[in-house]
Amino acid sequence: MAQPPPRHATVLSLSNSNSNSNLSNASTAIDRPHSSQTHMPTPSTSSTGLRVPSNRKTIYDRHLNRSRNAELSRASFAFLFAEMVTYAQRRVTGIQDLERRLNEQGYPLGLRLLDLLFYRTVSGSTSSSLSSSSSTSASPPNRPLRILPLLHLIHGPLWRLLFNRPADALEHSVSPETPNEYMITDNDPLVNTYISVPKEMSMLNCAAFVAGMIEGVCDGCGFEAKVTAHNQPTEMWPSRTIFLLRFGESVMEREKVLERAGVK
Amino acid sequence: MSSTTKASRIGEELWKTRVDKVNAELVTLTYGTIVAQLCQDYDGNYPEVNKQLEKMGYNIGMRLIEDFLAKSNVGRCANFRETADMIAKVGFRIFLNIAPTVTNWTSDNNQFSLVFDENPLADFVELPDDGRAQDELWFSNILCGVLRGALEMVQMQVEAHFVSDVLRGDDTTEMRVSLIRYIEDEMPPEEE
Repeated sequence: MAQPPPRHATVLSLSNSNSNSNLSNASTAIDRPHSSQTHMPTPSTSSTGLRVPSNRKTIYDRHLNRSRNAELSRASFAFLFAEMVTYAQRRVTGIQDLERRLNEQGYPLGLRLLDLLFYRTVSGSTSSSLSSSSSTSASPPNRPLRILPLLHLIHGPLWRLLFNRPADALEHSVSPETPNEYMITDNDPLVNTYISVPKEMSMLNCAAFVAGMIEGVCDGCGFEAKVTAHNQPTEMWPSRTIFLLRFGESVMEREKVLERAGVK
Repeated sequence: MSSTTKASRIGEELWKTRVDKVNAELVTLTYGTIVAQLCQDYDGNYPEVNKQLEKMGYNIGMRLIEDFLAKSNVGRCANFRETADMIAKVGFRIFLNIAPTVTNWTSDNNQFSLVFDENPLADFVELPDDGRAQDELWFSNILCGVLRGALEMVQMQVEAHFVSDVLRGDDTTEMRVSLIRYIEDEMPPEEE
């Protein structure tokens, strides 16, 4: 199996394809199937070699919020996700490898969901303040600069977008040795509802897919992080899952600088 | 009341009352990442990606039919025309909240087309601009497999393939479905 490109390369290639839609390197070929998820229509897109239907039924002609409140069958999701896991399982060497693969499949979704979230926050709640000339003070900064607002973004809006409810808990590591570790808890992850894990694989948590999305959101905001999903069952919540976020050193250093500068 | 109208009513009623829902974008994105992964694994060999998608769909269809029968509680269809309505107006409604149009029947009533006005799987999608994907990739090919798998479990061998897709620049998205044969009930082999 080909080694995946480093994460930052993926981010780069994405931002490239944002600014130059004629770009056609190998990585965009993988990204493109839904790269337009978050792209606003740009005039330059008409210069691509893609054919479009004459009735203009293209992504550029449909509103990004069209599917905002749309619903689909939970069974359909379960079938697709199960098939995705089964397919991945045939191509991996072990549990860790499988989780890595699921994580990688979630990662690009995180990047796109992030843009979608910001787009909707802006167009939804602050559109009025945008139209007025002085909107600097009223609306909160779009992208989180510090870790805590980022975590709240994941715990609240991201979870609500994906699962129609916020996550169940948000915690900071109590150990002085790991100040860079944060935990987001989901008592009953939707993605695991119809997954039954065989005994010999009891370590496996298929919510690694969601962990990948979180990682994509963090990276997309400029917070380098590793995110993993862990089983922490309780009597009441047998499929309780903890998403462990480990931020990189550069993030922690910047955090200190920003704190001194009084940035919230 | 025509069988189409009747099926539409059943489908809509079921969607409202019997179907657990999730956010549509989660499903759309998950399907997108599956196709993207296949394109990567098969190194842009789109015919192979089509084939894999069809296989995945077949696996899904074999299990999905049970969910369909349990939810819909419909009986056996009298003919293939009724089957087509049941697929388009009840099946697609339950699982994707759409109801493609059934059309273009052959005179022997063994072949029809499903024309999709909406396709949630392909929301937000643009195919890679590599000069090949628009000629070779059938993005929603998993649906062909779902039909084949599901119908096989109710004794119908069918073949399904897309003939056009708006993602390829066509004006419609159309799937062609052909009945090959009704599978006769076979007795399990006698134990020796």
